[in-house]
Amino acid sequence: MNVRALILALFLPLPALAQGFAGLGQTADGYTLPQRGAVLDFPRDHGAHPDFRIEWWYLTANLTGADGQDYGIQWTLFRNALAPGNPGAGWQNAQVWMGHAGLTTAERHFHAERLGRGGTGQAGVTAAPFAAWIDEWRMESHAQPDADPLSALRLNAAGSDFAYALTLAAEGPLVLHGERGYSVKSDLGNASYYYSQPFYRVAGTLTLPDGPVEVTGNAWLDREWSSQPLASDQQGWDWVSLHFDGGDRLMAFQLRAAGGDYTTGTWIAADGSATPLAPGSVTFEPRATTRIAGRTIPVRWRIALPERGLDVIIDALNEAAWMDTTVAYWEGPVRITGSHPGRGYLEMTGHD
Amino acid sequence: MLLSINGLGKGYDSGGARVEVLRGVDLALDPGETVALTGESGSGKSTLLHLCAGLDRADTGRIEVAGRDLAGADDATLAALRRQAVGLVFQQFNLIPSLDVGANLAFHARLSGRDDPAAIAALADRLGLGGLMRRYPEQLSGGQQQRVAIGRTLAARPALILADEPTGNLDEATGDAVLDLMLELVAEAGAGLLMVTHSPRLAARLSRRVHLSGGRLA
Amino acid sequence: MRRTALAALLSHWRRHPLQLASLLLGLALATALWSGVQAINAEARASYDRAAEVLGQDQLESLVPRDGQRVPDRVFVDLRRAGWQVTPLIEGRWARAGRAVQVYGIDPFTMPAGALPEAVGESGDISGFFTPPGRGFAAPETVAELEGAEGLPPLIAAEGIMPGILIADIGIAQTLLRAEGQISRLLLAPDQPLGRAPLETVAPGLDRLAPQETADVAQLTGSFHLNLTAFGFLSFAVGLFIVHAAIGLAFEQRRAMFRTLRALGLPLRTLVGLLAAEVMLLALVAGIVGVALGYGIAAALLPDVAATLRGLYGATLSGSLSLRPEWWLGGLAIALIGAGVAAAQSLWRLWRMPLLASAQPRAWARASARGFAALGALAGLLAGVAVIAGVYGQGVVGGFVLLGALLLAAALALPGALALALGAAERLARGVLAQWFWADTRQQLPGLSLALMALMLALSANIGVGTMVASFRLTFTEWLDQRLPSELYVTARTEEEATRLRDWLTPRSDALLPIWRVEGPVFGQSAEIYGVADHRTYSDNWPMLLGEADVWARLARAEGAIVNEQLWRRAGLRIGDPVPLPGGAIRPLVGVYSDYGNPRGQVIIGIADLVAQFPDLDRRRYAIRTDPAAVPELRRALVQEFGLPEDSMIDQGAVKDLSLRIFERTFAVTAALNVLTMGVAGFAMFTSLLTLAAMRLPQLAPVWALGLTRTALARLEVLRAMLLAALTMALAIPVGLILAWVLLAVVNVAAFGWRLPMFVFPADWLWLGALALAAGGLAAAWPAWRLARIEPATLVKVFADER
Repeated sequence: MNVRALILALFLPLPALAQGFAGLGQTADGYTLPQRGAVLDFPRDHGAHPDFRIEWWYLTANLTGADGQDYGIQWTLFRNALAPGNPGAGWQNAQVWMGHAGLTTAERHFHAERLGRGGTGQAGVTAAPFAAWIDEWRMESHAQPDADPLSALRLNAAGSDFAYALTLAAEGPLVLHGERGYSVKSDLGNASYYYSQPFYRVAGTLTLPDGPVEVTGNAWLDREWSSQPLASDQQGWDWVSLHFDGGDRLMAFQLRAAGGDYTTGTWIAADGSATPLAPGSVTFEPRATTRIAGRTIPVRWRIALPERGLDVIIDALNEAAWMDTTVAYWEGPVRITGSHPGRGYLEMTGHD
Repeated sequence: MLLSINGLGKGYDSGGARVEVLRGVDLALDPGETVALTGESGSGKSTLLHLCAGLDRADTGRIEVAGRDLAGADDATLAALRRQAVGLVFQQFNLIPSLDVGANLAFHARLSGRDDPAAIAALADRLGLGGLMRRYPEQLSGGQQQRVAIGRTLAARPALILADEPTGNLDEATGDAVLDLMLELVAEAGAGLLMVTHSPRLAARLSRRVHLSGGRLA
Repeated sequence: MRRTALAALLSHWRRHPLQLASLLLGLALATALWSGVQAINAEARASYDRAAEVLGQDQLESLVPRDGQRVPDRVFVDLRRAGWQVTPLIEGRWARAGRAVQVYGIDPFTMPAGALPEAVGESGDISGFFTPPGRGFAAPETVAELEGAEGLPPLIAAEGIMPGILIADIGIAQTLLRAEGQISRLLLAPDQPLGRAPLETVAPGLDRLAPQETADVAQLTGSFHLNLTAFGFLSFAVGLFIVHAAIGLAFEQRRAMFRTLRALGLPLRTLVGLLAAEVMLLALVAGIVGVALGYGIAAALLPDVAATLRGLYGATLSGSLSLRPEWWLGGLAIALIGAGVAAAQSLWRLWRMPLLASAQPRAWARASARGFAALGALAGLLAGVAVIAGVYGQGVVGGFVLLGALLLAAALALPGALALALGAAERLARGVLAQWFWADTRQQLPGLSLALMALMLALSANIGVGTMVASFRLTFTEWLDQRLPSELYVTARTEEEATRLRDWLTPRSDALLPIWRVEGPVFGQSAEIYGVADHRTYSDNWPMLLGEADVWARLARAEGAIVNEQLWRRAGLRIGDPVPLPGGAIRPLVGVYSDYGNPRGQVIIGIADLVAQFPDLDRRRYAIRTDPAAVPELRRALVQEFGLPEDSMIDQGAVKDLSLRIFERTFAVTAALNVLTMGVAGFAMFTSLLTLAAMRLPQLAPVWALGLTRTALARLEVLRAMLLAALTMALAIPVGLILAWVLLAVVNVAAFGWRLPMFVFPADWLWLGALALAAGGLAAAWPAWRLARIEPATLVKVFADER
């Protein structure tokens, strides 16, 4: 295990991306734990929560180019506290930050990764004015002073062979998952604070090896923080954020565990009203797999939510949307067919 | 008496077996006398000669050279005897390769303290070496080398000359000439000569002949 | 046919085991010394490569502050936030209480893949790495050296890290180096994102440098290794003399056999082929033994070499030796080549030899005066080469060409010179024995000349190197006395403490002299820039080579700079030339001072001038002038009253001791090689005399028969060997002195950048002469003892045998 893996092992909130990630199921001694019934406070909670162990700002976008092609981008900033309590100053700051950026076309998948520690200014998040950054990658608010800071964002990232710069404007409210933002992750009660902004209209430019492409589309921002989000037997997860053509949205995930999978999610109506799904009400059924990096990855799923009359097939835009970062996972745009056509994003971790 | 040998015995270990080479040799030699020592190959002629020169020691019996008994003599005494009383002439000449002819001729004489440059120069002329004095042994023919060897011995004026086949390495004509010269000079010096040879023709030219056979003289 | 012939040829060695032993041992010794030195060099080169590889610096470009100073952390953040994928490095020397280590501070989070030391990544405790007290990763031997040192983070021994360095988190390292918030330089990741702002707008004042392909230290130490190589080669040459002699003898003694074999129908081509195969076989055996011995030599010398390199160049060498194919294969190859060279002449003669040539071993033992003349001519030619190299030669290589040609010329001229001397002695000799003695000695010369040449090489090398080292030592000690006039040196822990210390010490000492310095590029190479106070300590003591009387006053007025001899020579400066300082200021050169033992360039300017140009410099070191007798009391007061830790002070005596210790170890290796070379030469004498002894019986037997005792002959044999050794020694003295002069005035200047005055030490020659006599006597002792004890029958046999 090299140091990156080590950092990630302590880091990634995603369930058991690899064996090394079992650390996420550790006890949270010394860290603050999410409390049922707590009220989220914005814009303060857009910022970092250093007394929690893990946290992320996670944005995905389904885009269409002026060339008519479909694209997807991912922009993620993870925060991990290596030790509870006072984070410390300068180089001694125990908050470690990691950025992941992805750009997916039907043929290609680009990605990049950044690491840094808090305390030096290399990476961090401020609530007001809102900005999240690592190196030159930034997600920064340009909202009016009285508006929610997340309602208008500028976003950029770059790797050695790709870059993007996007402007985002929210067309709906923030959405709180679970019980007003308290999101249960297992039958044992593991939980996190979890809210989203799923209503972004996006416009901007992608820079690809062949040149720049003007794009427009939808984006979805997830915010989540916790200190012990997983049960110790959970090995991975499959997560979707879906934009249906009718204007409704669905966030759903299944946490795969030896003792039984845990599935839940949130139905988001076009007006922004959100309904938490009862555990088990949504079903994930893999339909086709592909081999990537020696693993078998399901890239076509049937997802059904009978209570909403939902029965769709999601297909990866590009089966090779493999985030070959220090610890790897699959993250890419999907097309939705069936009862509710549309576009969305799929994330899968912990598949062997 | 110059050389007196009584009941001389000498043997060697050879391949585990004892070979008795000499088994009671008796011999007497007076000044001016020349004796030829003949015998088969391996009969012990050279051994007898070496014992007389004090180069080796007898097992039994007695050798006196110029009245001195060799049996009790130590290394230094034997070396002094060889310097002073005995002259050796070898079949192989055994000149000293690092010295020129002049130095070789004078070598023994100077060791014995009887150096006489005039006499040596005269001797060299007699030996026909006058023009070769600055040459080195390896630059000489066999006959020339043997003449130097004889000259070296005679220049030291020893009482007893022991010669081991001195012409054995020379062709007949050269050998005869060298022998003539040697006998002439020995006679002039009044020295005694004991010469090993296996040639009856040469032996006949000496005053007396003894034959070594079965370890005894006849 | 071949097998039968080979068996016959090889039977010679069964009959002459001593000859075989001397051949094998000679070649093995030669190979051992050569491959031992090569092993050391290979180990050092590998260490330098590893040093260059530390933290991937051999692969990665870097951004380096143009003025050679450190930059704040902010520069790193600015670069990262402008898209530059850089990782910060802080580098510096940590020293406390006589223990020191080169500290590298890294940021594991931004370190490019592959640059991070494996051990750090595998440790499994990233938060422990950067959370105080942090962790220090170092080679096991370095951890052992630092055991118990106070002020360091907990140490973790890790294989694969260069000895002498300590890797810690950048934050921990900044604290260790008392350089909080500072970065030495930044490494650039190989992959950079699109759309970065230009470097000059983000972080002006940084230079982008190519990866360090070879470490500076490899260039610095090049001369040292050339030095070792030259010695290794010298030893090898000495060894080859033995091999040449042994092979030549074996060929000569088998001439009768060669003749017989050919008469019996063995083709010449086959015979030569078989003999060549025989030589190669022997060389292979000797080569393997030699490489094994060489490994032993290298392992024994390596600690001293490592200490030298660290003391002199700051280069770190692993103390352990690994079997590297480049040197053991090289050792075998050189054994084969050496044996081939040594056998070439004999094989050529055999090739040309008529079938019915005399079977007498003549040529080998009786080379003529013409042979000596030919050698003399060759010597003259080489002397010419030496002169040309001396006049036109450049640098260290030129110096060594000069040395090599000189030594070889002297060696080749030796037999002729000895023959002349012995001939003269022979003419002057009165007694017959004396005359024979001289003549016989001269006669033996050809057989002994190779061994004597070897002895000559060893002796002159010994005199030359000895003179150089002793001259250096004398100069160095005097220079140290001048250079270290201050009685006590102190380093405060913080700037604030330094200020208090200054106030506290001022009334308690005669003078307080700042020792403040910065580092930066001067004339394209990293140099040290010191500031000096305007104090008579400097004008009274400082060892100046060039400069006006008012040098110190001009420095104080910021009107000039002085540089050390190394920099002066390297940059080819003259008084008055401009000296550009890091940061852009230019000062005229007003003086040059000697600075032995320092591989780096150095500039001194006035202290006010230095502070004005580098306001952020470290101001914590001071030299204290006081009554030497008051030093212990002052130290006590500093600890007890002021509260300065004991290890923040070092007195003059300790500094001198340290410097002299480094000096002594520097030449320990040279001395060891010297002794080994002498040993090889002595062995050459011994084997030559031993083989000659067997051949000399026919020469000695007649003398014995004519009335010299064996004991007397034996005494003369010993006397002869000692006499030859003494004559060789006499001739070696002038050669050794020339050698010393070349080392001091040519090689040292080229290698280290300083020239040393030469002193002669005749007492050392006496000692060496005694050693040479002893070597000659000892080498002759056994053959002589055997001669004294030889059975008369054996001598008598000479008269009976047909040779």
